[in-house]
Amino acid sequence: MNDRLIIGGHAFRSRLILGSGKFSLEMAKAVIEHGEVQMVTLALRRADVHGPENILDYIPPGITLLPNTSGARNAAEAVRIARLAREIGCGDFVKLEVINDSKYLLPDNYETVKATEILAREGFIVMPYMYPDLNVARALADAGAAAVMPLGAPIGTNKGLCTKEFIRILIEEIPLPIVVDAGIGRPSQACEAMEMGVDAVMCNTAIATAGDIALMARAFKHAVEAGRAAYLAGLGRVLDGRAEASSPLTGFLEE
Amino acid sequence: MTIRANHMAYAEGMEAIESDVLDKVAAGLAAYDYRRYTGADVERALRQEQLSVADYGALLSPAADANLEEMAARATWETRRHFGNSVQLFTPLYIANYCENHCVYCGFNCSNRIVRGRLSGEEIEDELKAIAATGLREILLLTGESRRQSGVEYIGEAVRLAARYFPAVGIEIYPLDTGEYAYLHQCGADFVSVYQETYNTDRYEQVHLRGPKRVFPYRFHAQERALRGGMRGVALGALLGLDDFRNDAFAVGLHAHLLQQKYPHAELSFSVPRLRPYINNTATGAGGVRERQLLQVMLAYRLFMPFAGITISTRERAGLRDNVIGMAATKISAGVRVGVGGHNAAEKGDEQFAIADPRSVAEVHRTILARGLQPVYTDYVRAYTPC
Repeated sequence: MNDRLIIGGHAFRSRLILGSGKFSLEMAKAVIEHGEVQMVTLALRRADVHGPENILDYIPPGITLLPNTSGARNAAEAVRIARLAREIGCGDFVKLEVINDSKYLLPDNYETVKATEILAREGFIVMPYMYPDLNVARALADAGAAAVMPLGAPIGTNKGLCTKEFIRILIEEIPLPIVVDAGIGRPSQACEAMEMGVDAVMCNTAIATAGDIALMARAFKHAVEAGRAAYLAGLGRVLDGRAEASSPLTGFLEE
Repeated sequence: MTIRANHMAYAEGMEAIESDVLDKVAAGLAAYDYRRYTGADVERALRQEQLSVADYGALLSPAADANLEEMAARATWETRRHFGNSVQLFTPLYIANYCENHCVYCGFNCSNRIVRGRLSGEEIEDELKAIAATGLREILLLTGESRRQSGVEYIGEAVRLAARYFPAVGIEIYPLDTGEYAYLHQCGADFVSVYQETYNTDRYEQVHLRGPKRVFPYRFHAQERALRGGMRGVALGALLGLDDFRNDAFAVGLHAHLLQQKYPHAELSFSVPRLRPYINNTATGAGGVRERQLLQVMLAYRLFMPFAGITISTRERAGLRDNVIGMAATKISAGVRVGVGGHNAAEKGDEQFAIADPRSVAEVHRTILARGLQPVYTDYVRAYTPC
């Protein structure tokens, strides 16, 4: 089966995206390998090309970098950070994060739309992190986003799909890849998101805070694959306690 | 300023801002009695996902001493959840040590006979180059508190130079007006540290005998003025041991909590200095704050505001510093000199206090790695071009 995730014209076999901000550098490398991920976020504010150690040195070749604009508080700052990322050779992808709240780290949807308009016009493949609001998702699509990345729960909480019903609406209505970003805490939650029909899942804290980080990366890989397969297979119905006959009940008619 | 001027009244020329934060902190502190908390209060607090101010008070109380291990475990988890494995490295650079204040606990106080000095622009740049060569990417510029000897223009020039070599520039200087903070922000500074020393206004009056620092409310509102001036982050702290440390730590936390509510974008961080000996005064110890109590304060900060940074300075010994990173502290200084200059050439002025951890950047780096943590040299992209 040739089931590929297509974002901005680029095809990916893996539907697990890894956030790298909470790992030691060596550990990030191991997690990339065990999770068999092909796309890894990179906080530009951590990418120190002049420093003694640079996370870029620990990302294996062939991995697509998804530099993020973490630290940006408004559209102007996000645009500047995205441009800097491209200048240092991180490519055209950008995970757009505009956060103006240091406590809950919830995205500022309004500023995110503004930044998406500018960056998409400049040829970036924009993947905006957003609160799952249908109108905003439509605006992001109109602005040229290549995917939308709704949060499942606040960053780092591992609480899972708190926003499930709203993500479901985005899946139905938005003609772009939907990537659940933030909040996924367990492989089962990643699997559930994929079963629903989201196109990919992003993880960071759930793996970074696990007891065995490499093993958890593998668990997420399998969970995402299982969820995707279940979605493609089409889930069986849930009967709400009512009986269903395996043979037709009306077969006697016109005998 | 004359000795024993009214320490609660603004001096001429000091900007007064509209803010109710001081009143709220004062009211909270007046109502706080840590002796009233029981073990049950502490356990209830530890069951909360999000701590209330009252829960925070419980964790600072003597009753929480029995729960220190549990607090440490939860703090470790919270730190990992919010900051991952990363530990930020930075170093302070003292560019001057002139001071107009008489603070009875500080080596820089204007009555203490020490060698005073101020680095020239060229000397500052030499120091910055030497520090940058160690790999550090974040710097904190410090002066003594003297507008006359280290004016805002002088500090602005130092910030401009620092911004050429360091993505993140912080300042720990005397409190400024909003417009002055805006000016230093335009020069390239984004982080401001101001420590209230003690939130007990009576005690504050006793230990700040003269100088502008004597004005309690002007200092108290410095963080707000800095944020209004465009600074991205502010650090708060009390000099633990100067007064009742539990009350002071409670006030610091409440102050930070109120600032966070009022300025949700602000990046907040805590520092936890204890009293240290200084030149001509070897007697000043930790003011009765033992390491166990210092740790309790750090853990309470972490559990109350899990998203806030906590800095551990070289006032503390290496063994303590190494163990609190990853548990509560997220930022650690390295390669520290607390005299004026001294990174490239000889020191030009005497030191503020005695440090307890003289390790180099490379040594601290190795220690962080050995603890399974990740040394982070830069965690900030300046989103504007300094003027």
